Amino acid sequence: MSALTAIWNKEFKDYFLTPIAYMVIAVFLVVVGWFFFSTFFIKNQANMQEFFQLLPIVFAFVVPALTMRLISEEISLGSYELMGTLPVRPRHIILGKFLACLCLIAAMLLPTLLYPLCIDRVGDLDWGPVLGGYLGALLLGGAYAAIGMLTSSLSRNQIVAFIVGAAVCFALAYLQRMLFFMPEAIQGFVDYLGAGSHFENIAQGVLDIRDVIYFLSIVFLGLYATKLVLESKE
Amino acid sequence: MINIQGLSKYYDGVCAVDDLDLNVPAGEILGLLGPNGAGKTTILRVLTGYIRPTSGRIRIGEMDPAEDIVPIKARIGYLPESIPIYRNLLVYDFLRYMIRVRGLPLEDPHARIKEMGKVFAIDSVMHKTVGELSKGYLQRVGLAHALLHDPEILILDEPTSGLDPNQILEIRSLIREVGREKTVILSTHILSEAEATCDRIAILSQGRTVADGTPQEIKNRARQHRSVTLELKNADPEQARSSLESVSGVDRVVPLDGPETGSLLLRLECSGGDDPRERIYQSVKSQDWILLQMSQEARSLENIFKELTLES
Repeated sequence: MSALTAIWNKEFKDYFLTPIAYMVIAVFLVVVGWFFFSTFFIKNQANMQEFFQLLPIVFAFVVPALTMRLISEEISLGSYELMGTLPVRPRHIILGKFLACLCLIAAMLLPTLLYPLCIDRVGDLDWGPVLGGYLGALLLGGAYAAIGMLTSSLSRNQIVAFIVGAAVCFALAYLQRMLFFMPEAIQGFVDYLGAGSHFENIAQGVLDIRDVIYFLSIVFLGLYATKLVLESKE
Repeated sequence: MINIQGLSKYYDGVCAVDDLDLNVPAGEILGLLGPNGAGKTTILRVLTGYIRPTSGRIRIGEMDPAEDIVPIKARIGYLPESIPIYRNLLVYDFLRYMIRVRGLPLEDPHARIKEMGKVFAIDSVMHKTVGELSKGYLQRVGLAHALLHDPEILILDEPTSGLDPNQILEIRSLIREVGREKTVILSTHILSEAEATCDRIAILSQGRTVADGTPQEIKNRARQHRSVTLELKNADPEQARSSLESVSGVDRVVPLDGPETGSLLLRLECSGGDDPRERIYQSVKSQDWILLQMSQEARSLENIFKELTLES
């Protein structure tokens, strides 16, 4: 357990040793703040739905930027050779890095808590959907992070890891809007595969266990595949 | 301590280690010597558990890496060839991180790091980032990391590569010191280094051991092969050759380019334990030749190394 927390701790601090964390958080806040508030006063409704609807797309670019270096950098620099000879199980390495990324996503969402606090002062905010939305955002971020880690383990090149990761996350987020082009027989299945509809349910305050299971299974599959990729390198 | 049987490793069908047997008793310093691409690094990586062998059995102490590698990794200290450590961490933080990741039950990690700092003379760079260090300091930080957890087995991949001569001497004496208590396996392609630091040398070529013994044993084996150079006057090349080849102990007579004076220069390749010069002299004396020069040359370890690794 101590190895896991040590890796988690180090990876989280690493984000702040380089400019990555600051840049990504800044970009995220600017983009989300801009798009959310540009229509907020026109709609004149005291809720956060618009904000949460942005997340599947924005996260699709932001989260892979956070995960791209996690494994590919270690492999290209060769420090994975060092990790590979430490008495640490691959699952602890992967989980430690994943949790560090999840914590950074939480840190990134933290300043946005100002939005509901402000909205609550000017209108009558229903806190249920807001809390559900933040929980959903963490689940969504976790699922994207697991996908990002998988693509990071597949390539020595961080840029490739980022682009492939972002493409996969974007496809998951957008799948729901592509249903129109699919044969009717598989529409239900494809809709279930996409992250969008699951996230919307949670963001509306509907905490369905199926949606939670969906996100957790993506996390599990992503991390497990990462472990298999790393083991195949031995 | 370490027992390897029939170890093979293929990378995408290319053979790196070929059916290798090796036994390293506890407390020995073993040098794996070989040219680049002989499979040294692969063997070390397999031992550290970084890569898995294609086939073969390894036992480290009483444990089998195929069953559970993690407790074995805890007993091994490893210095990779190019020390790939986190460039943006401070040296101190790096060592501290390694203590944490290894989960060492230390009462005072700070004291341990200070101790390593003294042993490896890296006190002064503790608060520099790893990326700033010179190659010599980097190597020492790598060694400090490898010994941080006081491992029973130390595996060093080209420990002196890229160091200046003074640093090489320092690192060698450090290895000798450490080797008094621990089992050490190091790889090198520099013969004098293996000779200076190791109790035993295994010469590798294309993934196989081609010689294995103490430096003295390998040298003795070298001494059994010697060459004698003769310069003769008034000798017919063909006749000289056939009569000298019949001397016991002489394997082969090779004519060399003679000096312009017209004398005949020959190299006699000899094997066997005893000195053949006396018999060669008798043979020359029995003919009507004049002996201008006779000199003997024992093959150096360098020559043996070259021959062994080129032959196969």
